[in-house]
Amino acid sequence: MMDGVDDSPDLLAEDQETRQGRSDTVDLTDTSLMVDISDSLSERDKVKFTVHTKTSLPQFKKPEMSVVRQHEEFIWLHDRFVENEDYAGIVIPPAPPRPDFDASREKLQRLGEGEGTMTKEEFMKMKQELEAEYLATFKKTVAMHEVFLQRLAAHPVLRQDVNFEVFLEYEGDLSVRGKNKKEKLGGFFSRLTKSVDESLLSGQKDVDDFFENEKQFLIEYHAKIKDATMKADKMTKVHKNVADSYIQISTGFVLLATIENTELDKIFTRVAELLEKARKLEGRVASDEDLKLSDTLRYYMRDSAAAKDLLYRRTRSLADYEAANKALEKARTKNKDVPQAEKAQETCCKKFEKISDVAKKEIAEFKTRRIAYFKKHMVEMVELELKHAKAQAQLLKNCISSLQEES
Amino acid sequence: MADGLEPPPFEEEQEQKEEDDLFSDAKEKPSSPDTDASTASNPESNADGGEVEKKDDDEEEEKKDLFDDGGGSEIKLDSDEEEESPTSDDAHRRSGSGDYANPFDSASTTAAVAPAATAAASASKEDVTPQISVSQTSTSSASKVSGTSKDSREELENGEDENQYEIKITVTEPQKMGDGMGAYMVYRVVTKTTNPVFRKSEMSVPRRFSDFLGLHSKLAERHPSQGIIVPPAPEKSVLGMTKIKMSKEESGSADFVERRRATLERFLNRTATHPVLLADQDFKEFLEKDSDLPRATSTSALSGAGVMRLFHKVGDTFEKIAFKMDENDEWFEEKQQQIEALDQQLHKLHGSMEALVAHRRELSQATAVFAKSAAMLGNVEEHTTLSRALSQLAETEEKIEAVQKQQADTDFYVLAELLKDYIQLISSVKEVFHERVKSYRNWKEAETMLGKKREAKAKYEVLNKADKAAQVKQEITEWEGRVEKGQEEFEKLSKVIRREVSRFEAYRVEDFKNSIVKYLQNLMENQQKLIKYWEAFLPEAKAIA
Repeated sequence: MMDGVDDSPDLLAEDQETRQGRSDTVDLTDTSLMVDISDSLSERDKVKFTVHTKTSLPQFKKPEMSVVRQHEEFIWLHDRFVENEDYAGIVIPPAPPRPDFDASREKLQRLGEGEGTMTKEEFMKMKQELEAEYLATFKKTVAMHEVFLQRLAAHPVLRQDVNFEVFLEYEGDLSVRGKNKKEKLGGFFSRLTKSVDESLLSGQKDVDDFFENEKQFLIEYHAKIKDATMKADKMTKVHKNVADSYIQISTGFVLLATIENTELDKIFTRVAELLEKARKLEGRVASDEDLKLSDTLRYYMRDSAAAKDLLYRRTRSLADYEAANKALEKARTKNKDVPQAEKAQETCCKKFEKISDVAKKEIAEFKTRRIAYFKKHMVEMVELELKHAKAQAQLLKNCISSLQEES
Repeated sequence: MADGLEPPPFEEEQEQKEEDDLFSDAKEKPSSPDTDASTASNPESNADGGEVEKKDDDEEEEKKDLFDDGGGSEIKLDSDEEEESPTSDDAHRRSGSGDYANPFDSASTTAAVAPAATAAASASKEDVTPQISVSQTSTSSASKVSGTSKDSREELENGEDENQYEIKITVTEPQKMGDGMGAYMVYRVVTKTTNPVFRKSEMSVPRRFSDFLGLHSKLAERHPSQGIIVPPAPEKSVLGMTKIKMSKEESGSADFVERRRATLERFLNRTATHPVLLADQDFKEFLEKDSDLPRATSTSALSGAGVMRLFHKVGDTFEKIAFKMDENDEWFEEKQQQIEALDQQLHKLHGSMEALVAHRRELSQATAVFAKSAAMLGNVEEHTTLSRALSQLAETEEKIEAVQKQQADTDFYVLAELLKDYIQLISSVKEVFHERVKSYRNWKEAETMLGKKREAKAKYEVLNKADKAAQVKQEITEWEGRVEKGQEEFEKLSKVIRREVSRFEAYRVEDFKNSIVKYLQNLMENQQKLIKYWEAFLPEAKAIA
């Protein structure tokens, strides 16, 4: 298993970029609270992240600290934000996905089983490829966790949260046990009711045009981007398969060259070399596609889900507000418990208005963020694609001319 | 064919390595190839000789024929030696050929049969054909620049051997005839040739698949026993044909039809590269006869002839196991091992290639699916420039998908099918080896019989049975004759086979080289297309505001 984020030189170069890229959606000009994941350790079943904080904010006990956190603790933090009504009008940064190395592990296992059927070089190459894949997955999960924290740290309201402070500071375990059966069931039901609510409420037309439009947009957008993410993932996965299959072909040519008794042996050797280099480039194309395209889509799939959630919360509070209005009317007609009803109605009204205000700003920011993020990553992807295609074309050109000269 | 040969080309007759052109002068001397290589490294001397023949495997074959009769055994030996120590020789020749611009390409420019085969193979993919002609013309001009002597060599050759003539066969216009289970495909076989042996220089005839099989079976009956390697028959595919028979529309199994068409084309062109096969009456008739050929019913798997074929195959297999030939010819032993090893590796590589084709096809499908999804996302996106960019991305991905699909086709038709063809060709080569074993066995059996007869005679003489002894004496003479004939045939067959195998090797080298270069060129062009598409998209992405 890999320790820390050290790796082969190739990927290191990307590392610099991704370090930057991770935080590109977050405004880092405000340095009063800076969070990053300085180290990470992959152990059999879990990943341990070292969360490092530098701050000038008064509420923190020390100006710099480091704690070790696991994935469950991130989820715990996310849940605390979601359930806090004060933040109902805010787009809560989506929780990072669970680290999933199953696919990589499975592939490594299958490779091990098939070791007998291939040459040593072939096996080494495929193993290297798989290890690189594993490493890439690892880095991605670190990035996802980091971005989550950084967005929290950059948000003027969310960063003040006490749970966040605890998360960053408290050196012990947060004792976030896995949800027991009861809680899981409870969670299941609340999700169920939420989605039922959602569909009921989405039918309800909003008085405010802005929110009505946004709601319509987000529902459709989320659906489409979810689909696109899935398809992009499939595409990059298959692309990787194409690159990997070059390995067998390259080996085949090497073997042919060894038994060859004509001048074809030189040609075969050249072709084998070419394919080996081309494979690396193809592999890069696939992984860049994954990083810049699939991951962008995936991130905004989550973010748009978070925005949708925000609208849902607002609609919910609107429903509450309207219910409170009705209750007030009723109380007034019956002339009973009017002050309570008035107070309740006032609370609901304030809450609703606050959410609406904040939501408007948040949605606008969400849009700006999205546009900037897409632009940056699309441009980067195209530039990388061009770089790799040019490299391959050059490689092929050289090989062809050397083959044609040689005779 | 061999009649018109004059001494100069006679001397030049050589092995089928590409570079042999340069060294043919040197090789004529019975000295070792190594020293020859050094003298031959001077292209000028070759050119001056005006005798370096242009690369033509078949032509050399012809000349070898003569040699067999006329004591060309010396040269034969040389070539054999060369065969045995190819790598060192190759190295020498290669160093020599460095001076000479693209002798390999000279081979491709000479419009002789070998390139025709590859050109025909390329014709299967329309887009690719023009590229090949381009490369050929470019190299031809290069070779013209480097050696006008080459042209003079060509002219010298022209009068001599029909294999100097071009012949290019294309199989086109697959059409479904008939309906239901009786349906079949008809192809148009178009032959273009400068060879005067044919009635016309351009012929176009309709042929159905069973005609091809019929032709092959006739060739296979006649020639392997003489040591000639016959290109394998195009495969029957019950599944593929049934799909076609049952489907209503034309486009039903376009892939299958295209694959078959390409295989048939390669089969005809390969057969045409062989001088002996080209001269075969049935082959000529196949290409020439305007009307339909008589139905070759015996090609059907279930026919009487089909069953007989099966019998013979089984019998042959037993024979191969039962009779172990005492191989005292090093060349043959080595060759057989090489062929076995080659067979194995080709199988493996072919498998890997097919895996690549499958993955690429999968990729192109996944890309197409993604493109659609991206387009939909673009439609939904509310921000105008981002929406436009996403739609453009979708379009770009669609174009890329087309490139990937084309790439998969090239992977398949240029490399995978090439490997498959050679795996089958190797089985034809093995068959020819087997014929030699059979011939050896006949000879040895005759020897054994002769020995028995001699013993019998001696026994009768001892027992004083004069009349029986006399009878046996007659038989002895008969068997002595048979033994002699058996040995003669065996040796002749061995010679033919050596030549055939060398020819096959040279052909294989050329074929592979051409195909690999073609494949790489296609890969490169596709990368350039990708560059074009991404460059077109980049400003769109940058325009997001």
